[in-house]
Amino acid sequence: MTGVLEVDDLSVDFGRRRLPAVRGISFSLAPGERLGLIGESGSGKSVTALSIMGLLPENARVRGQLRWRGENLVGRPDAVLSRLRGRDLAMVFQEPMTALDPTMRVGRQVAESYILHRDASSGQVRGTVLEALGRVGIEDPQRIADAYPHQLSGGQRQRALIAMALMNRPSLVICDEPTTALDVTVQATVLRVLNRQLASVQAACLFISHDLAVVAQVCERVAVMWRGRIVETGRIVDILERPRHPYTATLVAAARFDPSEPRAVPADLDAEPGAVPDDLDAEPEGAPPTRPYGGEGR
Amino acid sequence: MAITRQILGRLTTLVASLLVASAGIFVALNALPGDATAAILGTNADPAAISQLRAHLGLDRPLWVRYLSWLHGLVTGNLGTSLLSGDPVASLIWPRFGVTLSLVTLGMVLSVVVAMPLGMYAAVHRRRARGFIAATLSQLGMAVPAFVAGIVLVLVFAVYLRWLPAGGYTDLQRDPLEWFRHLILPSVSLALVNGSLLARYVRAAFVEVLTEDWFRTARAIGWRLWPALWRHGVRNAATSLITVLGLQLATVFVGAVVIEQVFAMPGLGSLLLDEVGKRDLVVVQAVVMLMVALVLIVNALVDVGYLALDPRLRGRREMR
Repeated sequence: MTGVLEVDDLSVDFGRRRLPAVRGISFSLAPGERLGLIGESGSGKSVTALSIMGLLPENARVRGQLRWRGENLVGRPDAVLSRLRGRDLAMVFQEPMTALDPTMRVGRQVAESYILHRDASSGQVRGTVLEALGRVGIEDPQRIADAYPHQLSGGQRQRALIAMALMNRPSLVICDEPTTALDVTVQATVLRVLNRQLASVQAACLFISHDLAVVAQVCERVAVMWRGRIVETGRIVDILERPRHPYTATLVAAARFDPSEPRAVPADLDAEPGAVPDDLDAEPEGAPPTRPYGGEGR
Repeated sequence: MAITRQILGRLTTLVASLLVASAGIFVALNALPGDATAAILGTNADPAAISQLRAHLGLDRPLWVRYLSWLHGLVTGNLGTSLLSGDPVASLIWPRFGVTLSLVTLGMVLSVVVAMPLGMYAAVHRRRARGFIAATLSQLGMAVPAFVAGIVLVLVFAVYLRWLPAGGYTDLQRDPLEWFRHLILPSVSLALVNGSLLARYVRAAFVEVLTEDWFRTARAIGWRLWPALWRHGVRNAATSLITVLGLQLATVFVGAVVIEQVFAMPGLGSLLLDEVGKRDLVVVQAVVMLMVALVLIVNALVDVGYLALDPRLRGRREMR
């Protein structure tokens, strides 16, 4: 059967000097399937993600094929890709601190991702937005929707961004290190929200991380990227036991598993849309809006 | 409310800087050698006549007394009377104020209208030849002095093509179309330098916008490039751009003084130059003060504008 997305011999290089970032990678995602993409910074993970989204800078050159439901996206005009983006193909980024427009209320930004793909006015969407914010475990959606991004904590912002990404029930969600910039305690709750949301809309997911332990909480399968190539693909449990590539071995050695953390949540479980579990708001409200990472890995 | 306090604070600074500016202007102009008596009576006048006239004009009073009485006049709307003609200064200024205000406003609007798309285009295509060309084009405009541009424009569009008047001015109330026709060439020459400079800042501001994470988010939810720039980019870039615009206003006023000469427009600039030549300091003082006040007031408005544009600044103690 054909997947949602088939990446076929994808290569990306940059600039006049053709600096290669991705060197001929292939993988595919079946509907609802989740694949972890793991590797160190500079290994080409984020470039892969952005090339699928069609958001690479002007000086990037993409070769190979990115087949979306059988149709190649490489070289398609932005008019075509932008209709796909945010509707069928969504993305959650690494830096919740800077990923929201600082001059616009959060609710309006979430509403945009809905309105852009529909004939709706912002007045009618308010309820939908509040519902979406509630689904990602924001306990006071009214207040958060009317707040500006700088008034929110990192966890709240990332939840809002997850709500934005899942607003249109996309078939694929690309997550680029969505919890890297968050506190460890917040990380766990945001991952849980993400898991539940992915399951409830039955979206496939490409989950990018440099941390095997984090990937293991979302995905069953993982592809290991190293210097622009996929050097190993397999089920996480197998890779943990028998890493074949030396880089994978160092990754496995570096990964820290907390036995209390839940492993890959099966997609069909825990899929109650709209239900807000009590333990989600353990995170302190109004945490200081500092930026813990300087935008590493880009 | 914190915002009200911020705005009141800015108004206080405005009043303070207006006071400092007025004192500076007054002292500078009155410290010039050769006062009004020399202008009225000539350099070879009888010393007795001079001291009599000085007493009559109140010039024998101490400087600070004269300053305070001038300031009192400013606040109550009495700008004094011309030393030479005896006309009220206000009646000299107001008809000319409209000319300069039209020129400056149109010049600013024109430079924004040209600089925004040009700078944005150069930013979007900064990695390509066309972006480079757009950036270079805007540098070219900066290298040409406004009055040279004005003369060339007159030669081409007024003398050679005869499309537009070479100079002069018609009141907006009398004939809006003629008003506009007379303003085209002067405001284009004024906007050329100013717009080129602005385009540089626009480009820089939008290069930053294009690399922002939130801009990528906007693209990721389905915005196309240019709509995303208009919807999310302009508002964010505006905070830095209105600062530049506020600062440019002073330059544009100076530019207008020159351009009014080139196009023989009866504005404040030509009044200023005339009266400086005649040493009618009361008029000069009033004109300079008016221009400085306008620049200061607009810059205060710019600061208040930040609060509207950037919610992060609201409620902060420091505005910038």
